[in-house]
Amino acid sequence: MYRIRFHGRGGQGMKTASRLLGAAFFLEGFAVQDAPRYGAERRGAPIFAYVRAGKSPIFERGIILHPDLVIVADDSLVPVPAAGVMAGLTDRTVLLISTTETADEWRRRLHIHSAILTLPAPREVEDRLELRYVGAECAGAAACLTGHISKKKLERAILGELEGKPQKIIHRNIEMASEGYDRMADHKGLVQEGTLPSAKAYTPPAWIEMPFEAARISSPTIHAGLTSIKVRTGLWRTMRPVIDHRHCRKCWWVCSSSCPDGAISVNEEGAPGIDYDHCKGCLTCVSVCPSHAIKAIPEHQAAAAEEES
Amino acid sequence: MSRKLLTGNGAAAWGARLAGIDYIPAFPITPQTEIIETLEHWIGGGQIPARLVTLESEHSMITAAGAAAATGVRVFSATSSQGLLYGMEMLYAVAGWRAPFVLVNVSRGLSAPITLEPDHNDVLAARDSGFLQLHCATCQEVLDSVLIAYRLGEDLRVRLPVIVNQDGFYLSFTREPVEIPDQQAIEAFLPPYDPENMQFRASAPVSQAVAVLGGGPYSYFRYETHLASLQALAVYDEVASEFEKASGRANPAIECYRTDDAEYLFVMMGAFATKARQAVNQLREAGWRIGLVRPRLFRPFPEEKLRRALAGKKGVIVIDQNISFGRGGVLHTELASAILGKSEKPPLLVSFIGGLGGRDISAEEFYEMARVTKEAVVDGKAPEPRLLYTETELREVRKLQGIACVERQALENEL
Repeated sequence: MYRIRFHGRGGQGMKTASRLLGAAFFLEGFAVQDAPRYGAERRGAPIFAYVRAGKSPIFERGIILHPDLVIVADDSLVPVPAAGVMAGLTDRTVLLISTTETADEWRRRLHIHSAILTLPAPREVEDRLELRYVGAECAGAAACLTGHISKKKLERAILGELEGKPQKIIHRNIEMASEGYDRMADHKGLVQEGTLPSAKAYTPPAWIEMPFEAARISSPTIHAGLTSIKVRTGLWRTMRPVIDHRHCRKCWWVCSSSCPDGAISVNEEGAPGIDYDHCKGCLTCVSVCPSHAIKAIPEHQAAAAEEES
Repeated sequence: MSRKLLTGNGAAAWGARLAGIDYIPAFPITPQTEIIETLEHWIGGGQIPARLVTLESEHSMITAAGAAAATGVRVFSATSSQGLLYGMEMLYAVAGWRAPFVLVNVSRGLSAPITLEPDHNDVLAARDSGFLQLHCATCQEVLDSVLIAYRLGEDLRVRLPVIVNQDGFYLSFTREPVEIPDQQAIEAFLPPYDPENMQFRASAPVSQAVAVLGGGPYSYFRYETHLASLQALAVYDEVASEFEKASGRANPAIECYRTDDAEYLFVMMGAFATKARQAVNQLREAGWRIGLVRPRLFRPFPEEKLRRALAGKKGVIVIDQNISFGRGGVLHTELASAILGKSEKPPLLVSFIGGLGGRDISAEEFYEMARVTKEAVVDGKAPEPRLLYTETELREVRKLQGIACVERQALENEL
């Protein structure tokens, strides 16, 4: 059985990618299981989706512990713990990343020995959430890597899954899936079906006896105030609001009170400032600023500029 | 008949559509909402001539469902978790009205702490309400069970509402190949609802669910509900066999997988039971004589069938995806009472709690549960119930406690 995991951000079409690949396998006569796993259920938040496909009925369920193929549509997710990109990678897992870096660079960074392939991420795109078709490209690439799915069936799967969508969108999905498929032509069939652990020789689970702990420790209560400060939700941001103080009129109440995270503070002079450790990049402040003094810039650009300075 | 990839939610909606439902009182809750959205989409597109009304809560939703069913129309509704509990008062009430309808529950762990992923404490909280309960393990079963549930609940020997349970995420959002039967084939299996004397006409007023004073009348009505539920054991077999003729798919009250020559059995309910099926295959390859018993019907409890399935086995691995605080696994308790004093040589029951809040159960854990049970059989004594929980998981909790600064000082001193 094939066990395949897609990782991306909400809005990049990971659920669709899993469904395109699942439907294509299904059309090729495979038993299929595909499912998205939402976390924060929000645009830009990490999401993963998985596909199981095999020649006999599938009894396994839920998260894939040891994937045969992991596809990462957004390389900025690799270090995000909640994304779990690296979970369960083995020496036979193929890792496919949409990235501006090389495969060797990722091999060096992550110290992994299995096959790494890349899809070129467009450098010119500022906000990676704009890459609405990256999912189709990933699904196409995965289809080719399994070696069992023809381009024709892939196209039929897309037509079936996207039925009712505008022609332009369907066409663009087919185009991108086809592009992804072709890019993997040299590696067709590289991904191999994994096996289940044998019941003869297996590593037993490290079960523990659950210790009893008093309610003051074991109730799900946050006793100390302001603990959310320690959770750097700013990592979720893909676009960064930046205040241009030359144009700011110091009508501080407008931006600071509309920030849903209370991440805008005001100094003694009445000038607002943004706490980037906790700004999630919703850009509400950008839209409400009466003097248009807050602009949105892509996070990766802002981070690069910060590094230079 | 067509065969396509459907989520459990899609399959539930298809079941309702094929059943020719008239009325859907609704209230949204994750992970159930997609069922209602799908039905609404079909109603909007003129594909099904039903009426959908969004109520202001699950309490009102269950009331509306029971009230509509009492007027003699076919009613469908769906909820999950906290929603089911919010409607709990009315679950007990409408079951007493003896007005049949089908409620799909998409299992999700209960608060607190709040979560999204599944276990069965929500549906088991409705265990004693009078609703019959069917527990599904695949998306196909969700569709089939909705259809079976209408025939079962509407049967004149039963006349009780039915909960069809499916696991959130693992079925609700997971697509699998599902056969959608033709409308015609289903119409023969499930003809339009005949409410007999249960109807509401302006010219013929009735008073439903009157008050009684004194334990005598009260006991009569309550025990009649119990007897009706027990009737459903035999009626279920009839209905499932007719469904098999119509669809070619068997949905027996208890699924017995590779049990005939088995010395050991897994017993569990819901979607995770397919993982146990996989483990049975793997263990058999390793030389084990082991099988799986899965109650599909949970209320009424198919006690006799389970007793027969367990007869002559050495050890039974009961995996509860629920926990009754202060007691343990609900299925374990019920199985124990089913065999106590009624089996000549009862098998050893070993209790495991796993899959709470969607916590995965790995293949290795199934193997290990079998090994522990075999050892217990040799010792002749069941070990203490075990929570499937690893060292890594506790480490994760310690990390969260650290982040939350839970009395940091105290933690550091004590742990």
